[in-house]
Amino acid sequence: MSRNGPVALIFHTLFVVFMVAPILVVCWVAFTPEGFLSIPITQFSLRWFKALANYPEFVHAFGVSLWLGALSSCIALLFAVPAALALSRYRFRGRDALSALFLSPLMIPHVVLGIAFLRFFTAVGIGGTFVALVIAHVVVVFPFALRLTLASATGMDRSVEMAAISLGADGWTMFRRVTLPAILPGIVSGWMLAFIQSFDDLTMTVFLATPGTETLPVRMFLYIQDNIDPLVTSVSASVIAITMTVLVLLDRLYGLDRVLTAKGGDAGR
Amino acid sequence: MSTTATADTSDARAGLSLALPALMLFIGVVVIPLAMTVMLSFHDWGQYKGIEPVFILKNWMEIIDDPYYLEMFWRTFRVAVLATLITAVFGVPEAYILNRMQGPWKGLFLLVIIGPLLISVVARTLGWALLFGGNNGLANKLLMTLGLVDSPVRFMFTETGMIIALAHAMMPFMVLAVWTALQRLDPQVENAALSLGAGSLTVVRRIVLPQIMPGVLSGAIIVFSLSASAFATPAIIGGRRLKVAATLAYDEFLNTLNWPLGAAVAVLLLIALVLIVVGSNALIERRYQEMFR
Amino acid sequence: MSFLELDRVGKSFGPNVAVEEFSLTVTKGEFISFLGPSGCGKTTTLQMIAGFLDPSHGAIRLEGKDLVATPPAKRGLGIVFQSYALFPHMTAAENVAFGLEMRNVARSEREERVRAALTLVGLAGYEDRHPRRMSGGQQQRVALARALVIRPSVLLLDEPLSNLDARLREGMQIELRQIQRNLGTTTILVTHDQIEAMSLSDRIVVMSKGRIEQIGTPQEVYEQPASAFVAQFLGKTNEFAAHVERAAGQARLLAGSWSAPAPAGVSGAVTLSVRPERISFGDTGLAGRITSRIFQGNHWLFQCDTECGPAIVIRQNDGQPQPEQGAAVHLNWQAADMSLRAARVAA
Repeated sequence: MSRNGPVALIFHTLFVVFMVAPILVVCWVAFTPEGFLSIPITQFSLRWFKALANYPEFVHAFGVSLWLGALSSCIALLFAVPAALALSRYRFRGRDALSALFLSPLMIPHVVLGIAFLRFFTAVGIGGTFVALVIAHVVVVFPFALRLTLASATGMDRSVEMAAISLGADGWTMFRRVTLPAILPGIVSGWMLAFIQSFDDLTMTVFLATPGTETLPVRMFLYIQDNIDPLVTSVSASVIAITMTVLVLLDRLYGLDRVLTAKGGDAGR
Repeated sequence: MSTTATADTSDARAGLSLALPALMLFIGVVVIPLAMTVMLSFHDWGQYKGIEPVFILKNWMEIIDDPYYLEMFWRTFRVAVLATLITAVFGVPEAYILNRMQGPWKGLFLLVIIGPLLISVVARTLGWALLFGGNNGLANKLLMTLGLVDSPVRFMFTETGMIIALAHAMMPFMVLAVWTALQRLDPQVENAALSLGAGSLTVVRRIVLPQIMPGVLSGAIIVFSLSASAFATPAIIGGRRLKVAATLAYDEFLNTLNWPLGAAVAVLLLIALVLIVVGSNALIERRYQEMFR
Repeated sequence: MSFLELDRVGKSFGPNVAVEEFSLTVTKGEFISFLGPSGCGKTTTLQMIAGFLDPSHGAIRLEGKDLVATPPAKRGLGIVFQSYALFPHMTAAENVAFGLEMRNVARSEREERVRAALTLVGLAGYEDRHPRRMSGGQQQRVALARALVIRPSVLLLDEPLSNLDARLREGMQIELRQIQRNLGTTTILVTHDQIEAMSLSDRIVVMSKGRIEQIGTPQEVYEQPASAFVAQFLGKTNEFAAHVERAAGQARLLAGSWSAPAPAGVSGAVTLSVRPERISFGDTGLAGRITSRIFQGNHWLFQCDTECGPAIVIRQNDGQPQPEQGAAVHLNWQAADMSLRAARVAA
């Protein structure tokens, strides 16, 4: 029994079609056997997925993106977990300012961040390096890692920690055996969300990437600027498939709406 | 009293020491670079001499005086406002419908609607480019089959196309914001209004909408600020001629190499957005403080 | 005489049966409570009367008219929700006025009735307050005023007092009863609190697992529980296995060393149930030992280990000496204070 009337359901259907149409069309076109873009496609073929292997620049960019995402998410968490514990359990002056600062990469347009990083890294002499990219990505994904860790740290019952101490655990043991397991779901989903944000980022990265350190979105963007052909649709379809997998995992693990209520992101930039 | 004081200072010490690494990181690679960018916008630049570290207002004067930049900022604003309106007009009812769905459907469609948020924006915009492409793109075929238009509409390299693709990219934020607001509603409140004799339209207009308005507005602020600083969508759909603030700054940095001017554009964008966001947040808070004290 | 009638009403959610064969006739002006633990179907039944759920089968009639076919907005019932469900963006007066607005009551009359309703619940002067700035008790009163101002044919109360603290709840119970008596509004209260049900209602419908266990006045359901469930849900009770023995032409009911003449028509094994406050300590009766005694102010609570299993006894703190822990005692009670059940009670 649905509580929505027929008009509502028609509206809903059209809305869903609008939301998935561009994604479906990319995946659809990617299976064309032709050497050019054709809609609708007449036959299914994996031609362009196989062809990907012959385009080392995409393969290389994919590798850069994977490494960059994994590395920057891990480093971001190393900073974010203690910060989340600090923000969730201690009341001190400047706490609100601190949390505003930590979440500021969500507020500052990524173009501005990209420009600021480009200026800064060039000035200190590491412009165009992979290290520069990692540092920039750590900053950009930090708020996502922080928010989810913060959410689980705030929701945690602190008397459990006191119980551990009363039973004779020292500070580190308590953290390792009690605190960490309790906030682990937040950390894991924070890592995944951070990874996706890093993996998808274009706007900021496009300022920092050089031919050797181009990430996949940057490579795709530059390619599309020149021409749109079936090759780039098969790259996109692969990216969509990977993201969907992580997305379903995230949904199972934590609930997608909860993960995403941590606003902001790179959408549309 | 003294015990609380010591507790406070020890709390502050413990808190700050845990947050210190992240604080250093942010000062080092966010605050300083941003300050350097602001400085950069006051530097001079010449085709052959490059960047000259002086303090002049040349770039700022250029942005203010040249109608080209005025037109560009005006377009950025217009596109962002229209995209925000579209997400509100369609996203609010959809969130409401979604919230009234039963069990598994609700979760599934929530995933379908907000999931695209995490899918590469390049891939999504490519999808729109494919749908829009040329006179016989799928979008036009559909519109003409339905008899909604007589001749093909130009989507590629137009503001229309840009707004539609942006609205699509931002829609999840609006649905999510309204969804969150709806979750906070007491489900019995609608029943209460029904039992007092209100029709379902009256319930939506008089009971639901006023309560989720803060959610709608905060969703609108997010959508607006992200749209105004969007890069990928305007760059791919708008092409090289239809510039917005983000794509112009990109051009100045990576094509023209006039970094100081690009920095001025970026800083102006940042300042404008911060003013608009902070201002509207303050307005919303004042307007609704009575209700949500 | 029947004003509101539920005729074999049932509700299932998929394979789960929430309410089964619910039949009840309510007379005008009556105060009825649906009493039971959570999940017993009492709220589901209320929601069906309100119209937020459609019955799977059965009929609901109000003054002879079919209520199921009427949409909730047209039923004209006043409802007070457990969460109060006040409109947070409206002031107290706007909340109360909403139902009148929906009925197109003219502004002047509307204002008059809103003021009267708020005065009735003791909230005169709070017209312009928003719900978030009122206490729980005040919000509760606004909800009541909002439901009463439309002059409902039936007032439905869904656990209205469960969010109030104990002291406030007692005060509200008395007030609610007075208002209901004065207005004569037919009222149905859903509650899991047996004290609340007993002190407010004319009749109580005790429910368990979707079924009606018993319908009766508070005294009936307390003194003559129709089932083990009713006996246990309405206060503490002791249950002893007993049996009837016929010797020398006289039938006697025996529970351990306790015995009494068997009531007519009872034979074989029965379950004997007696309230703890009706048991006294004597020289004869059910033999046992006191395992603990707890002082609870106006009474003593004894836990005993008897021939027929554990038992509890409550004695008024009337200043008389009471047996110590470990003392051997005999438990005694009047035949009129017990009820016999189960096994084979001949009708």
